[in-house]
Amino acid sequence: MSAELLELTASQAVAEIDAGAVSPLELFDFYRERAGADRDAGAQGLGCFTWVAADAPETPAGVPLGGVPLAVKDLFCTENVPSQSGSRILEGYLPPYTATVVSRLQHAGASLLAKTNQDEFAMGSSTENSAYGPTLNPWDRTRVPGGSSGGSAAAVAAGLAPWALGTDTGGSIRQPAALCGVVGLKPTYGTVSRYGMIAFASSLDQAGPITRDVADAALLLSHMVARDPCDATSLQTPAKLELPCAEGLEGVTLGVPGELTGEGIEAGVLDSFNAALQRAEELGAAVREVHLPHAPHALSAYYVLAPAEASSNLARYDGVRYGLRAEGAEDLLDMYTRTRHDGFGPEVKRRIMLGTYALSSGYYDAYYGHAQRVRTKIAEDFAAVFEQVDLIATPTAPTVAFGLGEKTGDPLAMYLNDYCTVPMSLAGIPAISIPCGLSQGLPVGLQLAGPAFSETRLLDAAHALERALAFDGAPARV
Amino acid sequence: MITREEVLHVARLARLELAEEEIEPMARELSAILDNVARIKQLDLEDVRPTSHVVEMTGSLREDVVVPCLPREVALSQAPAVGEGGFLVPSPQA
Repeated sequence: MSAELLELTASQAVAEIDAGAVSPLELFDFYRERAGADRDAGAQGLGCFTWVAADAPETPAGVPLGGVPLAVKDLFCTENVPSQSGSRILEGYLPPYTATVVSRLQHAGASLLAKTNQDEFAMGSSTENSAYGPTLNPWDRTRVPGGSSGGSAAAVAAGLAPWALGTDTGGSIRQPAALCGVVGLKPTYGTVSRYGMIAFASSLDQAGPITRDVADAALLLSHMVARDPCDATSLQTPAKLELPCAEGLEGVTLGVPGELTGEGIEAGVLDSFNAALQRAEELGAAVREVHLPHAPHALSAYYVLAPAEASSNLARYDGVRYGLRAEGAEDLLDMYTRTRHDGFGPEVKRRIMLGTYALSSGYYDAYYGHAQRVRTKIAEDFAAVFEQVDLIATPTAPTVAFGLGEKTGDPLAMYLNDYCTVPMSLAGIPAISIPCGLSQGLPVGLQLAGPAFSETRLLDAAHALERALAFDGAPARV
Repeated sequence: MITREEVLHVARLARLELAEEEIEPMARELSAILDNVARIKQLDLEDVRPTSHVVEMTGSLREDVVVPCLPREVALSQAPAVGEGGFLVPSPQA
């Protein structure tokens, strides 16, 4: 039975539970053992998890998600379960409440299986910035899984969790999904509550599913979206999300922006991307070139805006209310500065410094104000393109998974990972990454993006394309 | 180029102590990143409205009614030091 359980997608597992063929407890124990073995293996494992559940929660009969276990990125607050956002400064932190999106999913019958490793405060593209050690890519353990939701993506790819939650600020769901050969969706900004998500950049942060296939992403998302009185930026979505069923792409026009499909994208990635576009045409899609003239400036704007918001959000880590406090401080200010010195890792310090600089007197307009104007132009570029096409297609990441340590010494090289994903984040629009093939034996991700609230159409198109591409994720399962 | 003095000034603003060996790499890395992002200054965006947030919404404040919140002992349970029902901190002046 074990091998068969591993073969099931989460949606299939829900169906098996509904049919009485599999018990929720049996499935939970199966995954708890797999996740626990990875955790117990320490540096010999993949390093996907920071915490694994000891016991299965009770699953009431008839809940829509059937008790299927769910892995959750470390930065979601989970009551009395360590929630450390990959940071030393929150080591051992046990939140007094659970994030709205997690409690919604639990209410729908998702069982909390584990918390997953991530870059510290979601700042990074390789999960090497975690204070709790790196996560390895299950396709090749000498390579990174991407980040910042690398633990979630690697866990789903390796079959250590049926599905997982991640968060995306500039690509942190989509890029690790691409590098691990799984599906990752960043929903429209505001559709999923951020309450209880440990904040990085609040105008960009958004929770989303990381799953084996598109149907699972749609099912999980359908239980995540809701207006939440605890998050003033959360929205009532205009239409109910439909689960995807499309098999063709007739009548769908895909726009391919020249700015995100040329220079800087690895040849093998482009080959795989172009082959996928050809499959889309065979399925009936019209493919045409479009232009996002400001997209090449998105990364620059993002690396002003996100650090600026982070420098403000991370001011709360001061050693007063929770987390680490440096010992032996001379006075209050000394306690603040030493706590933050001891508790934050190098990338987080860099971004706090960058953001504080960009917001400081004399530089605000030149950096922050200007970046906000670029953000407007990027959103206008997308609006203009969506007058001409239904969805935009790009590679998700410029390269396949790169070697551990390869980019840790060069922040700018690391930031380039977000080149194709940041524009959508700045515009607040939904985007999904699906695996579209292999290059050098490693997964390549294809990104589809649509206008705000177009998730149903986006998932339908991704579903049709996924079927035609027939990517095989089995080699990564351990 | 960001100077050592600028790094120390910004670190003070950010309430962040930097070890001596962190200062020079920080100056170098911030300079490289800022040189790179400064390319957006070449764009003519004078008449463009800044976007601080993609969701245009107003009036999302709730009614001003008292609702249950965390009990005090729960709110204090994760604090490094507590005293007299509050967060205990070192004196502002040594």
